[in-house]
Amino acid sequence: MSTIAHDDHHDHKPTGLKRWFFSTNHKDIGTLYLIFALTMFFIGGAMAMIIRAELFQPGLQFVDPQFYNSMVTVHALIMIFGAVMPAGVGLANWMIPLMIGAPDMALPRMNNMSFWILPFAFALLLSTLFMDGGAPAGGWTMYPPLVLQTGDAFPFLIFAVHFLGISSIMGAINIIATVFNMRAPGMTLMQMPLFVWTWVITSFLLIASLPVLAGGVTMLLTDKYFGTSFFDAAGGGDPVLFQHIFWFFGHPEVYILALPAFGIVSQIIPAFARKPLFGYASMVYATASIAILSFFVWAHHMFTVGLPIKGELFFMYATMLIAVPTGVKVFNWIATMWKGSMTFETPMLFSVAFVILFTIGGFSGLMLGITPVDFQYHDTYFVVAHFHYVLLTGAIFALMAAAYYWLPKWTGNMYDERLGKIHFWLSLISSNVLFFPQHFLGLAGMPRRIPDYNIQFADFNMISSIGGFAYGITQLLFVYIVIKCAMGGKKARARSWDGAKGLEWEVPSPAPFHTFETPPKLTKKVLESLY
Amino acid sequence: MKGISKLKSSLQKLVLALFFMPLSAMADWALNMRQGVTPISQEIYQMHMVTLWVVTVIGILVFGVMFWSIFHHRKSKGAKASKFSHSTTVEIIWTIIPTAIIISLAIPATKLLIKMDDTSESAITVKATGSQWKWKYDYLDGVGEGITIFSSLDAKSKEISQRDSGLDPMDHVNYLRDVDEPIVLPINTKIRILTTSQDVIHAWWLPDLGWKRDAIPGFINDNWAVIEKTGTYRGKCTEICGAGHGYMPIVLKAVSMQDYTAWVDEKKIAQAASKNTSNIVLNMEELMTKGEAVYKAQCLVCHQANGEGLKGAFPSIVGSPVAVEADNRMRHNQQIIYGKGLMPAFGEQLSDVDIASVVSFTRNAWGNNTGDIIQAKEVAEARKAAKVIK
Repeated sequence: MSTIAHDDHHDHKPTGLKRWFFSTNHKDIGTLYLIFALTMFFIGGAMAMIIRAELFQPGLQFVDPQFYNSMVTVHALIMIFGAVMPAGVGLANWMIPLMIGAPDMALPRMNNMSFWILPFAFALLLSTLFMDGGAPAGGWTMYPPLVLQTGDAFPFLIFAVHFLGISSIMGAINIIATVFNMRAPGMTLMQMPLFVWTWVITSFLLIASLPVLAGGVTMLLTDKYFGTSFFDAAGGGDPVLFQHIFWFFGHPEVYILALPAFGIVSQIIPAFARKPLFGYASMVYATASIAILSFFVWAHHMFTVGLPIKGELFFMYATMLIAVPTGVKVFNWIATMWKGSMTFETPMLFSVAFVILFTIGGFSGLMLGITPVDFQYHDTYFVVAHFHYVLLTGAIFALMAAAYYWLPKWTGNMYDERLGKIHFWLSLISSNVLFFPQHFLGLAGMPRRIPDYNIQFADFNMISSIGGFAYGITQLLFVYIVIKCAMGGKKARARSWDGAKGLEWEVPSPAPFHTFETPPKLTKKVLESLY
Repeated sequence: MKGISKLKSSLQKLVLALFFMPLSAMADWALNMRQGVTPISQEIYQMHMVTLWVVTVIGILVFGVMFWSIFHHRKSKGAKASKFSHSTTVEIIWTIIPTAIIISLAIPATKLLIKMDDTSESAITVKATGSQWKWKYDYLDGVGEGITIFSSLDAKSKEISQRDSGLDPMDHVNYLRDVDEPIVLPINTKIRILTTSQDVIHAWWLPDLGWKRDAIPGFINDNWAVIEKTGTYRGKCTEICGAGHGYMPIVLKAVSMQDYTAWVDEKKIAQAASKNTSNIVLNMEELMTKGEAVYKAQCLVCHQANGEGLKGAFPSIVGSPVAVEADNRMRHNQQIIYGKGLMPAFGEQLSDVDIASVVSFTRNAWGNNTGDIIQAKEVAEARKAAKVIK
């Protein structure tokens, strides 16, 4: 593979602020995305800490109910749009060109723009915390008429969402253009690493769903300021229409957050099982089916709005159907481990935990999908537990796994394995202490998005809060590990993990500023090494 | 020997006590869904348990295989990696089995859902209207027709729930689960419950009935229940509806048909009496006391205990022209009767004397020292006068 890695001797790059502000380099932009996502993870996390502090015991101790609602709302927006999505795009930026043997993303200037929109969008959103009437407090779902009661923050919320949508759509276009046009000669679609596949499918979800959200929030804007009444029954509109629009975006969004995680885990498990991914083709098809089905299940978020029974039955069946391709994925991961030769470095630990905990979130998802029973679960802490299992111990665990897996490639150094494992075990325990009791709270009757509660819920809330604080503090350890790794450490080999497969491991560690300026030659032997 | 057996028995008692003490202390460590008190809620509970067991068994099997592999197929145990990477047979098997499981869950779920959907032939219809942040119940049909109830958080919970109230929520068993006036309904009767809203979306949920339903402004949803046991059942609003979302509980008292009809008669008399208060005359002190009580029950959540509201969300009453200028007495009365902007209308809920007291109170509290005395008669006139509130 010497033809691939010869170009680091002319590895010159711009310096100073210019390097970052005007960057068109996929690796630098990827790094920006990842650092941004981590920063947002801590801002959103700080809000979660406020929520858990207030819920530590019954009674109002720290914040007013309105501010509490703001925290719930902004925490969700930040974690979804600011942490998980940008982290996924950051990984895509860094890894997709390396994985398909491309020199960069297809549209490097747009790449720069799609990142730099984000800090401005979140400046808009976070500035609302200091406004009259406070930050948006109607929930991240922005249901009218409640969201229309937002004070000065309202247009900031809408435009922040617009900007986030534009940024994501540009990112998605870039990924699609890159993957379809810039694969190394000889690499067919069905030879791409699964991470690339999941991102291509995610990109289509983004392009199909985000404009719908943009349309919906624009209608909110005109309802508030221009006298329309799309969502006002008094003017002939329907508040539930917004929910249909929102969840037509919102459910695919769930998979926008989850599919890249599937891709990450599908890279890591084979690497540490030292065995090819089981059922590659079925993984691709399962991912695609999940993505397609995700457009036909939106109303399962709205079973209680009073849908006609035929609608409820349709959405129940469609929702339950998603369990099938998701199950296929889980079985494939386990079959990949089966009869492998496994080691359990931090990326593998996070991936295995992902498989188990995401599946637990899937189980509660199946329960929620059964309409008559959902009438009990809906909008309770059971739902909160469900989606945090899928998103925190799901998506975020996978992102952590990815960070540990590729840190050697990014920094050229191995991270501190002992600290990484401590980080894993503390995260695993604390996140389960945090979220598992919330199932019980929900079943016992605690609604979500309330700042105060009856003593009947006191015990589990206290346990949950303790888990929450522990999880929050544990993540500081992650920052320390990353900084320590970036500063130095054991030098990483080009193939940092002995079971790791794929073109990204053919370039030196750290990956030089420019890679694959001449496309790699994909001989049969190289192609075999991709799996 | 006697001593030993005595020691033994007291040890036994101690062990038993230790064993049961945590259980009694754990009365509130509820882990599972409530079975509820309607046939439907019990079927929902069964469906919940079946699904829970199905996923638990699947989980144990799947993770069992996974952990077996994790313990045996590891490099440190000298495991050599196999090379296999696909098998169409197993792929087909693990597509078909989950599909079959799902179909077997979908069939009973469909039957149950169809049963829940049938609201026909109900004996009593009650409409629950949500507003920020209370519930109004109108008995529309059947025994009790014509009764209207306003149901908001009980005063004790309101007091405790204020930030820095210094009061302990642990002292109030039904903290945030109690209302000033519960809805009363008979058992063993098919009751149709309509839900709607005046302002934003709320959701009406009583876990013991087995369902919740959104209350949507401009639309009416319906659902039904046959309650089989007398008792008091508690639930909450479950759709975020603003600052008071956590503070609008739902309390239903289920009584025998006999007790219910007695309650209906009593209620109708009381309701007629409260309509006719325009001739009551109170002195300043009485107005202030009554006004403060009304203020605490109806106004405090938004306008706050100090009358200053919350900047940017709820306007201050302190020094507000409506509340201090002499020309604005009519406007002040009508603003409470008809509401304005986000402020709901109280004209239906509050009697003339209630409104007169709260208007007098707000015109004389927190330094709004207007000295104005508003009597019920003035409110009755404000009701009849042309609207000055847009």
